[in-house]
Amino acid sequence: MSEKFRLDKGGLINRNKKISFKFNGKKYFGYEGDTLASALIANGVHLVGRSFKYHRPRGFFGAGVDEPYAIVQMNRNNEVDPNVRATEQELFEGLDAKSVNCWPNVDFDIGAINNFLGKFFPAGFYYKTFMWPKSFWYKVYEPIIRKAAGFGAASIKHDKEKYEHKYEYCDLLIIGSGPSGLASAYAAAQNGAKVILAEDKSRFGGSLLTSEVTIGNQSGHEWAEKIISELKSMPNVVVKNRSQVFGYYDHNMLVMSERISDHLPKTDKYNPKQRLWYIRAKEVVISSGSIERPLVFGNNDTPGVMLSSAAKEYLKIYGVLVGKKPLVFTNNDSGYETAIEFKKNGIDPIVLDTRKDPNSEIIKEAKDLNINIKNSYVVVAAKGYKKVNSADIAKISDDKKNINNIENIKCDCICVSGFWTPTIHLASQSGNKTKFNEEIDAFIPSQSKQKETTLGSANGVFTLEETLKTSFETGNKLSKQITNKENKVSVPTVVEKKYSNHDKFWCVPLPEGKNYKRFLDFQNDVAVSDIQLALREGYRSIEHVKRYTTLGMATDQGRTSNLNGLQLVSDIENKVVPQVGHTTFRPPYSPVSIGAIVGREIGKHSKPTRKSPMHYWHEKNNAVFVDAGVWLRPRYYKRGNENLFEASKREARNVRQNVGVCDVTTLGKIDIKGPDAAELLNRVYTNAWLKLPVGKARYGVMLREDGIVMDDGTTTRISENHYHMTTTTAQAANVLSHLEYYLQLVWPELNVNVVSSTEQWAGAAIAGPKSRDVLQKLFPDLDVSNKGLPFMGYMEGNLFGINAKIYRISFSGELAYEVNVESDNGNYMWEKIMEIGKEFNIQPYGTEALSTLRIEMGHVAGSELDGRTIPYDNSLEGLVSKKKDFIGKRSLSKTAYIAPDRQKVVGVVPLDKKTSIPEGSYIVKDAKAKLPNPKLGHVSASCWSVEYDNPFSLAIIKDGKNMIGQKLFAMSPLKNKTIPVEIVSSHYVDPKGERVRS
Amino acid sequence: MLHIKCPHCGLRSQNEFSYGGDASVKRPELNKEVSDKDWDNFVYLRKSPIGKHLELWQHISGCRQWIKVERDTLTHEIFKTLKANEEV
Ligand SMILES: [Zn+2]
Repeated sequence: MSEKFRLDKGGLINRNKKISFKFNGKKYFGYEGDTLASALIANGVHLVGRSFKYHRPRGFFGAGVDEPYAIVQMNRNNEVDPNVRATEQELFEGLDAKSVNCWPNVDFDIGAINNFLGKFFPAGFYYKTFMWPKSFWYKVYEPIIRKAAGFGAASIKHDKEKYEHKYEYCDLLIIGSGPSGLASAYAAAQNGAKVILAEDKSRFGGSLLTSEVTIGNQSGHEWAEKIISELKSMPNVVVKNRSQVFGYYDHNMLVMSERISDHLPKTDKYNPKQRLWYIRAKEVVISSGSIERPLVFGNNDTPGVMLSSAAKEYLKIYGVLVGKKPLVFTNNDSGYETAIEFKKNGIDPIVLDTRKDPNSEIIKEAKDLNINIKNSYVVVAAKGYKKVNSADIAKISDDKKNINNIENIKCDCICVSGFWTPTIHLASQSGNKTKFNEEIDAFIPSQSKQKETTLGSANGVFTLEETLKTSFETGNKLSKQITNKENKVSVPTVVEKKYSNHDKFWCVPLPEGKNYKRFLDFQNDVAVSDIQLALREGYRSIEHVKRYTTLGMATDQGRTSNLNGLQLVSDIENKVVPQVGHTTFRPPYSPVSIGAIVGREIGKHSKPTRKSPMHYWHEKNNAVFVDAGVWLRPRYYKRGNENLFEASKREARNVRQNVGVCDVTTLGKIDIKGPDAAELLNRVYTNAWLKLPVGKARYGVMLREDGIVMDDGTTTRISENHYHMTTTTAQAANVLSHLEYYLQLVWPELNVNVVSSTEQWAGAAIAGPKSRDVLQKLFPDLDVSNKGLPFMGYMEGNLFGINAKIYRISFSGELAYEVNVESDNGNYMWEKIMEIGKEFNIQPYGTEALSTLRIEMGHVAGSELDGRTIPYDNSLEGLVSKKKDFIGKRSLSKTAYIAPDRQKVVGVVPLDKKTSIPEGSYIVKDAKAKLPNPKLGHVSASCWSVEYDNPFSLAIIKDGKNMIGQKLFAMSPLKNKTIPVEIVSSHYVDPKGERVRS
Repeated sequence: MLHIKCPHCGLRSQNEFSYGGDASVKRPELNKEVSDKDWDNFVYLRKSPIGKHLELWQHISGCRQWIKVERDTLTHEIFKTLKANEEV
């Protein structure tokens, strides 16, 4: 297909490089430097999608981020990307895109029937219609709405692309590379400031790319090129194109999304697709420019109706005609620039100016070019369904209330200009109290909350001369404050055309007897009638009107609709716009991909993985790992065809019968030193610590101030003022912060230092009746007899040349020792233990066997110390000192905590001695009771007791101490199980604790 | 993301810190009689003011010091940061 709408010359595209692409399955050609939009228009394609609510045909309205319609679904390198603006997507070889929001296709869209049923879809339609009956929601309404709504379809596959995050600091972040961005960046860079200049488009220069101005002795475009190349060569300046600053957060933190690869057929090997920049700037210059405002008239959404600035951009940057019989409908001088551009390229436009008798340099130029200008004229309605083919135009009265002499004229596009709206989104996000400027009928930034300055047309300044002057000054001033250097540059002279005043008129009245839809919000299909209805129904606050009608709530954030909506509300309400006020702007300014937000923190990279020094030994010996917080721990060591259940039973049984060894490196360890260390422990733990002798360990429980158990573990007195504390794997970080809190803030008088030593020590627990034999062979010189190293004893030894610390402590309930060596020696220690232990039938055991051993012993752990239980609940009341005070003690006398039927940990055995009880099951008295069946408590941990060879569980149940011997039921609604059980003591094995002392 | 000036390390991003609540709360002294009401106040009851709030943060990924931060809860403006042993 030939490019019927491409000019023979002109534009900034590379005509030497032809590019082929597909749209809705059809092949087209464009050029390097095109966007998908410009290439489609060059090929005469104006129908790109269907509107959100009425499924009306939609084309192109803008030429960049201002585009409300032309959202397409991209298929790039076998990855789909929904919600891409065709006006921002750069063309690449093989690009493949299709329309969204239409079914079965864009030319024949079944949903378009909504358009003819339009009167059934007024504002608030969904609220009113789908209220009742409730059961219809998920069966009838929701599937229909879901099928009909939405832009594009997300992939359900894993995204193969890579995304990165980057943190950056700078003196000045300058957003936008138009005249104000370039001038302020240049002035700041001369003063030695560290500058980041961000441009969301691929080309730098902003309005200078399309305006007819002279700066110094160069055209605006040439001047921009010169400044950019100078900035790029400066070491203190970072210049970024394709980079959208979309969010302005607290303390001058801004976030920018850099599209690194979206314009390429596929992402280069070592590049990410997109990069998210977190930029902390000392000063921010917002030079985001302004967006042309539409004029509102009948069927103003028909393909072929577009912003006049967009039509000019397609001409000047892409050499593309948006039509060959253009109508320019304007209330200000900007429309004339577009008309003149058409004329220069051999096309005869007709200008309809709402103003009666405007006069300015540019109007004179248009007249001199013999352009047909009709004053006091408006477009009443566009005609044509899938493309404009004519327009009803009319004379408008001086008071703008009446239209007369409606006539139909042929045209193939209508370029509208309703003056300019400064882009204040980022300033508003930063907390700037924006104000309404009567002169330009728009909001502009005023009082800054953060370190931000808005310049140029974003600040409502529409002359280049003033923009450059203030921008050079501001760039110089802001940077000078930071660098204390001044290297002032002179402001170049500017030649530009002077503008006359715009007409305060945006909405063409309906002709009698017609009910054309006049759209305000093109993306969300909100028409003038919807706003009128919302106001009739009593909505007053602009925030409510917005939510009821969805005005400005689409992905374009109302860039082209907000102000016309406000003008309309203020007209109907007889208020001035500032009284109505604008709605809140929130990040992101423009859609950001989920991939960019997530960055590299996906899958296993979402958090660090910690491995013990023995990890590779475990791996070599068929360990199956489990996540324990951020640690990887062996869950069991697989032999042959064993499953988890068989392997863990074998390992646990071997501990009970012979000896096992478990990697306990992951336990939290805190080194505590200082003359007041004992006093600190005495305040932190519930039991007494002042009299613990050197060389002894003690088990302790610590509470939060609300009396809930925070953690448990053993602490050993290594020497007079030196203790070694252990915590559970999960709570290690919290316990350290807890100790630091009390030492730094509550009892700073205590002379103690604490530091984490978790990663400094590798630990092995050697447990079982033969563990002493193993230990004796590991340390032949030491007296490790029951007398030499009694239960809760500690000694240091030499393990074949390396220093080791030996703690006689037990989690399994067997005779057991924990040996610690410096981490680097961990694997050496482990291999020695396995080698020496061989003759005693030693086997490594994982966390599953470890759990089995502790559960049948009735040792409480994380599943019981779950942040909801007090010492009594865990049968730890014997460890609570009556004499001394400690953290959380006062809470333990709360009424609920001392209730006679307070919950307590118990053992649970199924009556059939066969059925395992799912963890989380409820314990109830009567399995057949009516729902809701009152529960007594829940099963916290379950295992297969290797001692008795039947299932055994721990549960925390109400009045637990009086429940022993009762026959109850464990019910698991999740697993649909009801199991008759007997309540027994939680100390199922060795209730007197003789083995650990043997 | 806030930018918090640790009195020990300088300006750092919020993600290096963890929040610790109202800094004006004083723990009752050990071994002293405390009424139910006073204890409840200490453990559970916190004000949620609009405006200036003196609060604790720990520079958890930095020097690990607990610090005091005077922050506006509405605007996030930080007026002052102090070491643990300093008073406003
Ligand atoms: Zn610090």
